[in-house]
Amino acid sequence: MIHLDPAVPDGPIEQKWDQHKFEMKLVAPHNRRRFEVIVVGTGLAGGAAAATLGELGYKVKAFTFHDSPRRAHSIAAQGGINAAKNYRGDGDSVQRLFYDTVKGGDFRAREANVYRLAQLSVNIIDQCVAQGVPFAREYGGLLDTRSFGGTQVSRTFYARGQTGQQLLLGAYSALARQVEAGNVELFDRSEMLDVVVKDGRACGIVVRNLHTGQIVSHAAHAVVLATGGYGNVFYLSTNAKASNASAIWRAHRKGAALANPCYTQIHPTCIPASDEFQSKLTLMSESLRNDGRIWVPEEFGDPRPPNQIPESERDYYLERRYPAFGNLVPRDVASRAAKREVDAGRGVGPLKNGVYLDFKTAVERLGRNTIEERYGNLFEMYERITDEDPYQVPMRIYPAVHYTMGGLWVDYNLMSTIPGLFVGGEANFSDHGANRLGASALMQGLADGYFVLPYTVPNYLAGMLGQAPIPADDPVFRAAEAEVADRTQRYLSTGGTRSVDDLHRELGKIMWDNCGMARSREGLEKAISEIAALRVEFDRDLRVLGSADTLNQSLEKAGRVDDFFELAGLLCRDALHREESCGGHFRVEHQTEEGEALRDDDHFAYAAAWEYAGPGAEPILNKEPLEFDHVHLAQRSYK
Amino acid sequence: MSQTNGQTGGQTAVHHGRTLDLKLCIWRQPGPRAEGRMVEYDLPGVSEDMSFLEMLDLLNERLIAKEQEPVAFEHDCREGICGSCGMMINGQAHGPQLGTATCQLHMRKFNSGDVIEIEPWRAAAFPIVRDLVVNRSALDRIVEAGGYISVTAGAAPEANIIPVPKPVADAAFDAAACIGCGACVAACPNGAAQLFTAAKVAHLNLLPQGQAERFSRTEAMVERMEEFFGSCTFHGECEAACPKRISLENIVLMNGDYVRAKFKNRRLAGRR
Ligand SMILES: Cc1cc2nc3c(=O)[nH]c(=O)nc-3n(C[C@H](O)[C@H](O)[C@H](O)COP(=O)(O)OP(=O)(O)OC[C@H]3O[C@@H](n4cnc5c(N)ncnc54)[C@H](O)[C@@H]3O)c2cc1C
Ligand code: SF4
Repeated sequence: MIHLDPAVPDGPIEQKWDQHKFEMKLVAPHNRRRFEVIVVGTGLAGGAAAATLGELGYKVKAFTFHDSPRRAHSIAAQGGINAAKNYRGDGDSVQRLFYDTVKGGDFRAREANVYRLAQLSVNIIDQCVAQGVPFAREYGGLLDTRSFGGTQVSRTFYARGQTGQQLLLGAYSALARQVEAGNVELFDRSEMLDVVVKDGRACGIVVRNLHTGQIVSHAAHAVVLATGGYGNVFYLSTNAKASNASAIWRAHRKGAALANPCYTQIHPTCIPASDEFQSKLTLMSESLRNDGRIWVPEEFGDPRPPNQIPESERDYYLERRYPAFGNLVPRDVASRAAKREVDAGRGVGPLKNGVYLDFKTAVERLGRNTIEERYGNLFEMYERITDEDPYQVPMRIYPAVHYTMGGLWVDYNLMSTIPGLFVGGEANFSDHGANRLGASALMQGLADGYFVLPYTVPNYLAGMLGQAPIPADDPVFRAAEAEVADRTQRYLSTGGTRSVDDLHRELGKIMWDNCGMARSREGLEKAISEIAALRVEFDRDLRVLGSADTLNQSLEKAGRVDDFFELAGLLCRDALHREESCGGHFRVEHQTEEGEALRDDDHFAYAAAWEYAGPGAEPILNKEPLEFDHVHLAQRSYK
Repeated sequence: MSQTNGQTGGQTAVHHGRTLDLKLCIWRQPGPRAEGRMVEYDLPGVSEDMSFLEMLDLLNERLIAKEQEPVAFEHDCREGICGSCGMMINGQAHGPQLGTATCQLHMRKFNSGDVIEIEPWRAAAFPIVRDLVVNRSALDRIVEAGGYISVTAGAAPEANIIPVPKPVADAAFDAAACIGCGACVAACPNGAAQLFTAAKVAHLNLLPQGQAERFSRTEAMVERMEEFFGSCTFHGECEAACPKRISLENIVLMNGDYVRAKFKNRRLAGRR
């Protein structure tokens, strides 16, 4: 068993972070160059962390498998970023953002972390504005905000429908400045394939250069992983095609506990799939629910085009069922409601696999120009994909896998169960509990990167002053390199008949059918055995052509899908063991009479931190009990 | 609630729309130093609802089935924002649809029987890595030269202290929309990176926050650009190729600031 110490500082929740910052050890400026830190991932969390640690004077090496930091998946975030600025005077505060996040997460997050996140949210906006992020403005020149699901205040800052792009360009520019200054060395096209641990501490990584196939080790005093989420275990998701779980999975195999893998978020507003070649699903930002109204025809299988269905024959089911929050209920609630309508046979579109998101009232009320200004690029994206004009015809939307709340377990300092291995951004499990509120991932990634890791990593380093890193030619590195090389060779020499994508697609289907929006014991047990069988097929019948010493995209994918297989097994086991419904995890056996999620706080108010027990062995469950001293445990209600 | 997650048709649907039979001519080059050539492929049964990249996925699946190596091409978000994808399609950067990245181009823009030529970006600063993949790192070097506002984490003033007039914020945003795809360079007869660099410069130079470093930034970025890329003779091909419709006006702005950077007494810069 692993000893899980959340390391939450003492004292009142409002003062924990300040007090902790005072108590943490510092490294004097002249000593900082003596410390080497590896940051894997250059999205919002990793880019911000690498830039800030470099700025402080540490010797940083930053790694990404992309060809440039600016391409990390964070670039695709659309809707916005939350902050408790209360610029609208509508009753927002740090306390309320904290409360909304704990409640939105269905009481499965660690209170102290969430409180710190809410506190730091205001600094993020200041930082990004100073960097030149072109947030939306009002005519007076001040910052504009909008509303997102699960809240009754307007606290979401945005840059048209491209908030993630603009924030990432900000972090990337800060990183570029440190690269130019020589404080950060950037390794692009470099995929981390193992974390190296010696004497119980993380001491470096092994990477493969994707252009040359060269396998190299890098040593450091500490390693930070900020490698994003694992939504692509479902094959079809809103994530970028290359997003993957290999970094966290390989760290897990080296001893880092993986927490709550079954907390996956299904986003309610995505474009429904159109055919079997669909390679990914496209998100239509949650911000659209500010002005769009969701409905289905009252009559089952109504054949009329939407504009011919009179108001009286439409069911605005969210407004009807949740009058207080209406179209802005949290994502898990909105997704399940859409599924319920489609399952009941009221789905719309050629495949009857969607519901309408209608802008007619909004265009009438605000004018086409305003709508275009707010959502122009999203409407254009929709039109490109579907060939339909959402200004004229309501959008068709359906839920899709979007975000993963689970990830590597970390303590208050964002350190995993391997000392010296830190985890930031979507790759860790902190802050969002069982369901993330919209516009909170960008907030968390930047809080981790700009404001948390730059304090907690030095606190760890301070204890190692005078020690050189383990040299990169130590046998422990050599062994890890050999393992990576073997694995690569194994994929190339399997010599079977099925492509990586083919196997991945089949895995995704098992996951979506049995571990998607509604999960049952029966389905999960079936999934676990089907995954194991398909894994055997993968080992036996995979076909990867070409060689290991050139750019070989199938080979890259093979390694990632291999890890997805193992992760999928753990995800289903976690879902099976959690005999309750909470947030994004919905077990059909546990629901209220109205079909809402039914938590079991007596037995499941804990974070499930799984420990790797070796290939094929049952993983070991460790529990971090969660206490709610500030937000009282209650059934969530958005009525 | 029923026990399935049936994304009705989601992952299993069968398509009923128009299908196209295509002939593709694709640049195949096994490595950076290897010889490359155009290779022809017949690709029947392409659904019109597929994106251009899904069409290439289909080709690759069929190639793998025949034990031939798939075509290497860059892609990631497939939503037109990461800037990874990019290829010359029938001689046009990102293909025939204006203001559209390759991943957002759909096959309904083509007809059955079409011959489609697909080549990588061709520019001296973008060496070919393999097939349709080129190395665009030179664009990062330009940003490193000065594409930032120097602000230490934690040192930023309260955000609403600097009001930014809406038209200014909008103009900065329009420039900041660049996705760094490199189509402008590929479309330029000289292989110049003026539009990319100007987009970066204009984004920051337009904002009040960007004024302190305005002239040093412009000078450093323009000069770094010239180390790698050809020179601009104002053909305007870049603007037509740009998937984000970045305007040539940004180049005018950058050139103006570059000239001023050379002559202006920088102590007066604060007065504009
Ligand atoms: C379509 C979409 C829209 C979204 N919109 C919003 C929104 O409006 N608001 C919001 O708050 N959130 C939104 N999210 C969620 C949010 O964008 C992500 O959670 C967040 O950006 C993740 O940031 P990150 O830094 O953790 O990881 P990422 O941005 O995914 O970066 C991962 C980095 O790790 C690198 N990497 C990964 N593995 C390896 C490896 N093995 N070796 C080397 N490098 C590696 C990658 O190259 C990359 O640099 C959205 C998500 C999606 C999919
Ligand atoms: S200016 Fe346009 S074409 Fe050039 S890199 Fe930017 S988005 Fe691509």
